[in-house]
Amino acid sequence: MLVELIIAGFGGQGVMLMGQLLTYAGMKAGREVSWIPSYGPEMRGGTANCTVVLADEEIASPLPTEPNVIVVMNRPSLDKFAEKVKTGGKLFVNSSLVDKEVQRQDIEVIEVPANELALDLGIEKVANMVMLGAVVAKLGVVDLETVIDSLSEVLPAHRHNLLELNKKALQQGRELII
Amino acid sequence: MSDKILMKGNEAIAEAAIRAGCTHFFGYPITPQNELPAYMAEKLPEQGGVFLQAESEVAAINMVYGASAAGARVMTSSSSPGISLKAEGISYIAGAELPCVIVNMVRAGPGLGGIGPSQSDYFQATKGMAHGDFRLAVLAPDSVQEAVDLTRQAFDIADKYRNPVMILGDGVIGQMMEPVEFKEIDSPELPEKDWIVDGAEGRERNIIHSLRLKTEDLTEHNWKLARKYEQMQEDEVRYEEKLMDDAEVAIVAYGTTARVVKTAIKEARAEGIKVGLIRPISLFPFPKKVIKKAAQQVDCFLTVEMSTGQMVEDVRLAVNGERSVAFYGSPGGAVPSPAEILVKLKEVME
Repeated sequence: MLVELIIAGFGGQGVMLMGQLLTYAGMKAGREVSWIPSYGPEMRGGTANCTVVLADEEIASPLPTEPNVIVVMNRPSLDKFAEKVKTGGKLFVNSSLVDKEVQRQDIEVIEVPANELALDLGIEKVANMVMLGAVVAKLGVVDLETVIDSLSEVLPAHRHNLLELNKKALQQGRELII
Repeated sequence: MSDKILMKGNEAIAEAAIRAGCTHFFGYPITPQNELPAYMAEKLPEQGGVFLQAESEVAAINMVYGASAAGARVMTSSSSPGISLKAEGISYIAGAELPCVIVNMVRAGPGLGGIGPSQSDYFQATKGMAHGDFRLAVLAPDSVQEAVDLTRQAFDIADKYRNPVMILGDGVIGQMMEPVEFKEIDSPELPEKDWIVDGAEGRERNIIHSLRLKTEDLTEHNWKLARKYEQMQEDEVRYEEKLMDDAEVAIVAYGTTARVVKTAIKEARAEGIKVGLIRPISLFPFPKKVIKKAAQQVDCFLTVEMSTGQMVEDVRLAVNGERSVAFYGSPGGAVPSPAEILVKLKEVME
């Protein structure tokens, strides 16, 4: 098992947190894991991305050049990353914010209306967790329960009032897949 | 697995330093190492230590000088341009024989350069840090766990030799999160710090300085420092060998580049190419003996660096003309891909 994954979106959409939560859950599940952020002069509204590797063996390069999973939360990220998915890989698209069709036939494209599903829960800000719920359910390398258990350890204490909301958002994303 | 926590390299180094007994930190901000001082700012005062963001790098390194002279375990961190500003102070610290740990999360240069991961400060770290006949011990981790382990060792080496030690990383090592474990390790027996300046109550005063105007004094001092570096060559060499048993080619790489090389080697092995890795962990002292020995076994060497070619000179010195040493460089903040390395490897083997 080797998942090499990039998550990309606007700064402020919570893509770093998505990656960290997945990485943390992977560690809890006994996988080898690594997480690297893009650390350019990013700011709110600019683009941001992080790279996650989940593996059974020791991770050699933590910087995959041909990721087999890419998650795009907005249109600029789709334009930048759609071509980079390895043949046979998966591309998760936040269809709430991306209206462009993906032309590639050699990969699986999974559309997740993450912002709309988040709005159903009352707050658009958890669109990232909806998407992550869908990604985790689809990949099947880490249980969603482990991801949910990781929330309280990854989110800072002053955000713990939002644990339940984030849990619901993760479950909402899973519902879409199963 | 339960003892492991997920941490960024920068933060993990800071935590390891605190656990190693570091009580004082002086720094000045620069990307990509800011999480290190930020962590220190939060945690050191809680432990009764001192965190201070100085007005400049020059001030910070001279505060390190002072704290070390007073007997504290002390650290500073920066990135390339900031290290250049600290260079004068580092020379004084080495001249005064004071222990300290300096972290350099290298960014691409020269000048202000960029913030991408780079290995362009190898020469500076291992040979030409500043004026005067001195060396730093230089340790280059390739994972967050190794960064933690080496941070602990860095403080011990610094105290053992009364010499500054540098941890040399880059933005990948500093920004990457990996699981780490902070093992409880007993300190080796270290010499008593009977040279510190702490008030001289009831004893002769100690004087710490780097000014030696009498030629014979300075000559003697220079040879004394040289003997310390020779001792480091005997006792402090660190390296990793991977798949070298049957290797016909050896790739030499350190830090982040070595991680990418490991992927390239996996792919090359799958194609039947007998290639192994020699990864220097201590860049000074350089593992020249292991490379010299490998020259009796392999047909050729390939050195891969995120620079236009610096460590390759040390590899060539160790090989001493017995085999060819090729080079592949990826400067300017670009991390090489395993595919690029594989292409170069095949070219070298022809």
